[in-house]
Order: sequence, then C-alpha cells, then structure tokens
Amino acid sequence: MKIFIPTPLRQYAGGNDTVDVTASTVASALDELTGAHADLRKHLFTPEGKVRSFVNLYLNDEDVRYLPEKDKTAVKESDTLSIIPSIAGGGKL
Amino acid sequence: MAIGSDLAALPELTTNELARYSRHLILPEVGTEGQQRLKAAKVLCVGTGGLGAPLAFYLAAAGIGTLGLVDFDVVDESNLQRQIIHATPDVGRKKIDSAADKLLALNPALNVVKHETLLTSANALDIIKDYDIVADGTDNFPTRYLVNDACVLLNKPNAYGSIFRFEGQASVFATEEGPCYRCLYPEPPPPGLVPSCAEGGVLGILPGLVGVIQATEVIKLILGKGETLAGRLLLVDSLKMRFRELKLRKNPECPICGTNRTIHALIDYQQFCGITPERKEDQTEKNGIPQISVKELKSRIDSGEEIYLIDVREPFEYAIANLGGKLIPQNDVAQRLGEIDRDREVIVHCKGGVRSQKIAEYLKQQGYQRVINVAGGILAWADQVDPTMKKY
Repeated sequence: MKIFIPTPLRQYAGGNDTVDVTASTVASALDELTGAHADLRKHLFTPEGKVRSFVNLYLNDEDVRYLPEKDKTAVKESDTLSIIPSIAGGGKL
Repeated sequence: MAIGSDLAALPELTTNELARYSRHLILPEVGTEGQQRLKAAKVLCVGTGGLGAPLAFYLAAAGIGTLGLVDFDVVDESNLQRQIIHATPDVGRKKIDSAADKLLALNPALNVVKHETLLTSANALDIIKDYDIVADGTDNFPTRYLVNDACVLLNKPNAYGSIFRFEGQASVFATEEGPCYRCLYPEPPPPGLVPSCAEGGVLGILPGLVGVIQATEVIKLILGKGETLAGRLLLVDSLKMRFRELKLRKNPECPICGTNRTIHALIDYQQFCGITPERKEDQTEKNGIPQISVKELKSRIDSGEEIYLIDVREPFEYAIANLGGKLIPQNDVAQRLGEIDRDREVIVHCKGGVRSQKIAEYLKQQGYQRVINVAGGILAWADQVDPTMKKY
C-alpha cells in the first residue's frame, strides 16, 4: 500500500513524498515504514508507542481513530494511508 | 444556513452597488438577496499576512460590508513574495494600515475595522463577538487554538487555512453541527518539532491558493449556498497540484465542543502549546543551555578570543550571510559529531536561535560539556551588530 508522507516529515523519510509498504494492517504498515525510516518513529509516536496527538492517520479518507478496529484495521494493496500533522503557517501575527 | 437570516432586516443595495455587483446579481445562487447578505455580513480576518492578504482582498471585492482586521506586525521586505496586499513602498508600515488602504482603494464602501493588537485570551472574545464569521490566517499554534476556542464558545464559524512549504490545509470549523480544530488536533505539537514558515519556507503562491479557498468558504457560509468544507479537510499539494479530501468528524470527547466539555473559557494558549514566556532579553539560560547575546558574542570576538562557532543552518543560507562559523546543517549533526571538538566551548547559531537551541540541547545530551546558544541567531546579529549583513 502507499503511505503519503507530509512535507514536514519528508526529511525523516529519505525525502520521499510516498513510501510503498506491504502490510496486512494499519499498525503493521506503520511498523514497516518506521522500520525503514527509523527517524520517523519519534515524530509519529510517543515514547510509549502511542500516535502523537498532533498527527492524524487516515486510511483512505477515514480517520483511523474512528475505524472500529482502529490501527488493527486490515488493509489492501490498493489502500492509501495518509499522515496528516498539524501545520500552523499562514501570516505572521 | 445563511448568516443574518432575517430578510426584511437586510440592507438595500444602492444604484452603484447594483452596477458594481452585476456579475453576482445574475447568479441565481447569489442574486440581490445574497448580495444584501454579503453587505450585511461582518467578517473578521485574523492576520493580514500570506493567507489574510488574498482573503481580505477578495472579501472586500465581493461586497462584504464589514471587514475586521487583526494584526500588529509591520511590513517586512520578505513578506512581499506572497503577501500581495502590501507593496514595496509599504515596507516598514503597519500591516493593518497598509492592508486597510488597499482594501478601501478597492472598495470605498467597505467598513474596515482595525484591531491593531495581538489576539489574546484577554481580548479575543470581545473582538470576535461582533462578527458573524472568522477567517483564521495566523501563523502559530497558540493563536490557532485561541481562535478555535473563541469561535466555539461564541458559536462563530471559522474558515480555516494553514500552509507549509508547498502544502496547505483548509476546512470550516465550529459550525453548529461540524467539528472544531480540537476535534482534528486535540493537542499542539511540542515547540520545535514542527518548523514555522520562517524556518521551513513557503511557496509564494500557496497562501494565495489557500486564502482564496478560505474566502470562498466565508462567502458560501454567508449565502447559505453550496457545500462548505465543514466536516472535510482539504489538502492542497501545490507541487503536484493535487487536491485531496479527508473526512473530519466531531469528536464526542472533544474538550471544547464535545458532550462533556471541560473547557468553558479561554485558557493560557502559550502554556498550552508548551511555550514558556520569554524572559527578558538578557535571559542567560534556556533548558539548561547558556545563551549568549549577539552583542556579547561580538565583544568576545573583538577581544581577540578564538571562538569555536558552529552554524547549523543549510548551505544556501550560509551562502547568503554567515558569521564564519563551521557549517554543519542541523540534520547532519548526528552523523558529523566527530567533527565537533568535545574539548572546546562550542557556540552554536542558526537564523533565529531555534534550530541552534535544539542542536545545543542535543550536543549536551551527547556529552558535550560546554555548549552555548546564540540567542536570536544571525538575524539578531544583522539587527544589532552589523546592519550591512544580508537578511533573508
């Protein structure tokens, strides 16, 4: 499946805007991603292994938090996983 | 639902206005009634920078009756690459004056209300309460949460836009049924983890794209027509020119708009975002890292002392202006520790002092005994020591 890497985190994913992984669930897809790009781990997860609260994960267009099985949700090759961190930029105030 | 629903109370359009807005009037979705609604509407633009510039411009052109502007900054040359409401002769002027002039030149009938202040927990409710809709075009997390919470508490929809480098996000928050910003992001990132536009850069056209999306949402909210972005997050990737859309849900456990609210009044947003109040300029230590001011650094250099200076910016920044330090970009530091002498006092600097503080803390963790951060970085140097130095 394809994982979309947002601009602020690309520097920790070898500059890639997408990373292809083979995985059976959302959690295993993230494991594979952070296995290949270790620096991403601390930006995505707390030291306790929880997804950071300013990062949202979307399986296709659905927020993983609201999927019945959350990160245990099964994924297909054609699915996409998007990492959406909060960004604040706009105008200097 | 349209804003200001009472049709009888809507202001009449003058003969001039009928001519001016003729392209709106022939649209069935706008028509005379819609144009009257725009005339009656009061919109608050928080920030007149990258997003606020196109946003305010188009709202003024569209015939919004009252436009409030919140800004306390002055126009800097580096703003002009994207903040099209300000022009070269405006450099050094208050943004709010510069913006108001352009908006009134475009539409003299517009009622511009200037709020020349930093939006804070003390004044936000008082400012926002007089408006129908808020358009948030700020550049920092504390103000984002402040605007969100104030909008939720006052039941004012918030046309939201945010940008970084080539990427933008837009949505509509705090409508009656829809989610708010906290439903999407319950907590802000810790300081330093997400770079600002000043650090990360931004493509000049991007705030134009996203600001106009915000303006579109404002107008639809006023007209009560079409489908707004409430409940959807629009993602804009200008580099690939790809628009994607994600579903947003109202979080039943949201602390401010959920069923069991825990927040009933505005809070301290600096503290919420983990930002400790800046002490005076002569702050001597931050997170265990001694700070040196640029003037102090200059006098140490002038005294003939051999300073061991590490510059953690990127090579292109170094090419624009440098202090002669050893260049090791922040992301290379971990791999190039061997090049940094452990036995010397290491003075680290960057553009504004944020990246170098982070690296100084890292070096200390790695066992460096004497690490000092240059407060304010090369920008402070250009301001306080060498005015001929190029700023970027």
